[in-house]
Amino acid sequence: MTWQIALPEICLGGAGLIILMVGVLSRRNAFTTATLLAIAAFIATGYLILAEAPGVGYAGLFVADAFARFMQLLVLAGAILALLLSLDYNKAAAIDRFEFPVLVLFSTLGMLVMISAGNMISLYLGLELQSLCIYVLAAFARDTRRSVEAGLKYFVLGALASGLLLYGISLVYGFSGGMDFAEIRAALTASPAPGLVIGIVFMVAGIAFKLSAAPFHMWTPDVYEGAPTSVTALLATAPKVAAIALLLRVLAEPFGHLLQSWQQLIILVSIVSMLWGAFAAIGQTNIKRLMAYSSIGHMGYALIGLATGTAAGIRGVMIYMVTYVFMSAGSFAIIIAMRRGRQPVERIADLTGLGRTDPALALALAVFMFSMAGIPPMAGFFGKLYVFLAAVQGGLWTLAVLGVLTSVVGAYYYLRVIKVMYFDAAGDALDKRSGVLSTVAFGAAAFTVFFAAFSQPIIGAAEAASRALLG
Amino acid sequence: MSGGQILPGIGLMHYLSVGALLLVLGMFGIFLNRKNVITIMMSIELILVGVNINLVGFSAALHDITGQVLALFVLTVAAAEAAIGLAIVVIYFRNRGSIEVEDVTLMRG
Repeated sequence: MTWQIALPEICLGGAGLIILMVGVLSRRNAFTTATLLAIAAFIATGYLILAEAPGVGYAGLFVADAFARFMQLLVLAGAILALLLSLDYNKAAAIDRFEFPVLVLFSTLGMLVMISAGNMISLYLGLELQSLCIYVLAAFARDTRRSVEAGLKYFVLGALASGLLLYGISLVYGFSGGMDFAEIRAALTASPAPGLVIGIVFMVAGIAFKLSAAPFHMWTPDVYEGAPTSVTALLATAPKVAAIALLLRVLAEPFGHLLQSWQQLIILVSIVSMLWGAFAAIGQTNIKRLMAYSSIGHMGYALIGLATGTAAGIRGVMIYMVTYVFMSAGSFAIIIAMRRGRQPVERIADLTGLGRTDPALALALAVFMFSMAGIPPMAGFFGKLYVFLAAVQGGLWTLAVLGVLTSVVGAYYYLRVIKVMYFDAAGDALDKRSGVLSTVAFGAAAFTVFFAAFSQPIIGAAEAASRALLG
Repeated sequence: MSGGQILPGIGLMHYLSVGALLLVLGMFGIFLNRKNVITIMMSIELILVGVNINLVGFSAALHDITGQVLALFVLTVAAAEAAIGLAIVVIYFRNRGSIEVEDVTLMRG
């Protein structure tokens, strides 16, 4: 019996229950205590994940390999950053209830299970645990109309996505005769039945919804704008990593030798996401909506790596996600810091003259915007470099060329933010920011600027992980 | 997988057709419906029921129990999903005093 293989997840689940009890039994508002406990639980889980030996357990339901380890640590990093940001934001927005960190913890547990899934059943259950918690989180500011509307929209479209994914799973099950990834892989021949290909298409559509890749992105701008900003910061980081890990594992493991069947689909999703992310963002005035379109574009770039189907491509996706998580979390730290007279402000025009009123914060935001635009030597440049490199090596010239062109279009709106900060007439200064926001913003900025200096171990780990996945 | 009969006179294709029909009905219910949010939640349930019919049908045709296990999990998760969905609808109603789909337009673009 190898039950220990899921020890990190079991411990995290137990910690969630304990934190829930602490919150219920304490007489005072337990938000800060619960958040700090949840962060401690994430760090302990990360340590357990690093310490565990790779293997397969629970009759193939659960896989712990180098790929799962890499992506799980990245998910934990995203969740920790989002919780740190919530420490400040939730108090200011008067939603500092202890259920918040508990829900974040359980949704993270769902993401860890998704990443380690070795069977359609564990995949589905992990995905639902993650989604159900996030539906509640999106509507967490329950007295705010926008938040509730965001929760409703996310719920309806998320439930539809789950339905599509399940329908795909049912078809794959019927036409391959199994739920286990290894079993499916062994049962499939080089020329799959049409029903099976339809099943794969449904599954990709369902996961693309969760990934907010176009043409399944409709919920993204509204949910990003309406949800409390601390929830948006979570949405933009950890679930994206988990969803792309799921997509990588499903397409590489059970359907690895059907590359011909799903490659066109991924190429299409990637191109539409890049174009939509680049052009739809141009007219945006709200910075949270801008980040939503930016994330759609980023998912398009990440999918280029998957479309190649090679180890180099998958390595590119993983490096891209590392850079993406840190620059998004940093940008959201700055968006949360945008507050005047204790009220949050969200328009890009509210940043006018930030270069004079708060040079340090403006510099950090400039770093993130340059990085998202893919300008060297920022982290975002290396993310794009590795996926484009893989696309060129794999002969997917169209994708690489379109990727570079849409980056140029994207640079327009990223640089516009910098222009507003440094060259427009100064507006009123923002409120003084809290220490935790500064720590996240400047920590992530330092990571983004100096990524090249310490990227070697990360790239090495991503390479080992991609080889483990393609095995 | 064979096209053999699961019950006398009823083959796998019959089950798959009903499943596909329910899926399509559910999707139309979500996208074409202009009345209220409860109809959308019913459509979501229709999709999940369609999936379950598929799973159980395949499971019987393949003589494999795994499909029925997933069908049970889907039922459980659907119940949790409906509970959360209804809770969101309740707080939505409390804020807006209406659950008309056409009112869900605070954010656009």
